[in-house]
Amino acid sequence: MVQAALSSTWVRTITRVLTMSLLAFAIFGPITNMLLWAVAEVWYFPYKLPLEYGFSFWERVFRPEGNATEALFSSIWIALLTVVVSLAIAIPAGYALARGKMPFRYLIMLLFLLPQAFPAVAVHMNVARIFYGLDLTGSIAGVVLVHASQGLVFAVWIATAAFAAVDAELEAAARNMGAGRWRTFTDVTLPLALPGVMASAIFVFLISMDEFTGTYFVGAPDVVTLPMLLFTSSMEGNYQIASISSLILLVPSVGFMLFIERFLKADVLAKVGN
Amino acid sequence: MSGQSMSVGPGRMGAILLVAPALLMIGFLFVYPFGYSVVSAFTDNGEGSWHIANFTKAIEFYSKDILFTIVIVSLSTVVIGVLAVAIAGYLTLGENPTAVAVLKWLYRWPLFIPFIVSAQLMRTFLAKNGMMNNILTSSGIIEPLAAQSYLDWRGIVITFVWKQTPFVALLVAGAMASIDRTTIDAGRIFGASRLRILIELVVPQIATTLMVGLILSYVVMLSVLSVPLMINAQSPTMLTVDMAWRINSYGDYGVANALGIMSYLFTGVVAWFYLRQSLKDKGA
Repeated sequence: MVQAALSSTWVRTITRVLTMSLLAFAIFGPITNMLLWAVAEVWYFPYKLPLEYGFSFWERVFRPEGNATEALFSSIWIALLTVVVSLAIAIPAGYALARGKMPFRYLIMLLFLLPQAFPAVAVHMNVARIFYGLDLTGSIAGVVLVHASQGLVFAVWIATAAFAAVDAELEAAARNMGAGRWRTFTDVTLPLALPGVMASAIFVFLISMDEFTGTYFVGAPDVVTLPMLLFTSSMEGNYQIASISSLILLVPSVGFMLFIERFLKADVLAKVGN
Repeated sequence: MSGQSMSVGPGRMGAILLVAPALLMIGFLFVYPFGYSVVSAFTDNGEGSWHIANFTKAIEFYSKDILFTIVIVSLSTVVIGVLAVAIAGYLTLGENPTAVAVLKWLYRWPLFIPFIVSAQLMRTFLAKNGMMNNILTSSGIIEPLAAQSYLDWRGIVITFVWKQTPFVALLVAGAMASIDRTTIDAGRIFGASRLRILIELVVPQIATTLMVGLILSYVVMLSVLSVPLMINAQSPTMLTVDMAWRINSYGDYGVANALGIMSYLFTGVVAWFYLRQSLKDKGA
């Protein structure tokens, strides 16, 4: 009796360990494979591991004129511009949606969701065609606009939630003490909402860094962002450069996501989408 | 002085002005191109003014890919749903604290990884000489000669499931954490197995969250170009690849947009469910 119970606990433990190991392999296997490629000098069939390891590909792509350096800088530049454009639009909109007497507020909030709710490819190929007539294809400005439209829902929704979480009585107190609307906004409302606004900026930055479809239609071949470099080198079979680009893209994504919990407080999070 | 004159926040007119730039942006970069795509699908490359030639051509050329897209996206959605419920269910009902902690740490990773990176990871991992086959042959599970590339429809499904399951599991686990524990305890007292408690008591209570998560994943999978392009761009492939191909190789916006309209319809069906549900939840 005791023996049977004991062996059943053993079976359970073994099943548990096996399941977790399998899951760990499924999740980290592909990542490990990429890490190996990033430091492989020579690796071909049928060898199971790289024949030589080294960083010569890193040196090649990170020379001042190397293609990864260029792609990384244009990615960061585009992402920063996208953040500026998105915030310039989302801060007033978020403030109005949180505080103003807005007719059809719920429908307007849903409207910002539309670009996420329809297949991006079908829309972006037409954006590219419209931009062609405006001389915006292949330009940084065109790519920034497309990225900003993709990030707008997050920028506006998070900014709205951030402003809604600010205690309106503090604003009323500032107004009672004679501060104007603008002064109240810049000295009271905005500083209090800043952590949430920063969170939306981080979201938009990441969306822009990782965006592929819009850049593929609007930017290519003139604007080479990191995802575009990853794509072209992978299609050419240059897995080292594709894996190095993947690794560079992973760092900000994982880093910011671990970091974002500091900015996005629970009280703001609870109001997102409301 | 009345409190009304000291009211905080912009008035009606001010609010509309403040939202206007954001609305203009959506109008110019989404509504306009969306309308453009509809008009293009029914007018481009034809003799008459309005015609359906692009649709007949699209169906004639790509009916296999249309079916392929529906099958891949539906299959992935189902697998994601099952895995997400299993993961969230274990996080909620699991009795071994170590296993729960390990799972909690483990399952989220792909959430942070961009689609294009996931596609590249799988392109190396699932290849004929990729790490998956290497491990399978080294451990003697399959013969070296039996190793095959998974970079076809299976690769697309695996990549989608790998990338999207954590997202749905995260939402579902959050919903499960906030349900009424008394029903679960009641089930336990009456001796129901954990699987039964999960399926019959827990899942019905989080069905809305599960549905919303799955719908969002479904739309994302229909939109992603990088994964099918990098995993399997040969025929049969997904509609996103066909659209890109139609434009880059032929400049054929008519047929590309006809395919685009079909992908709108696929998402339109589920978006309608989503809107209906969220309007119901809001009580609006």
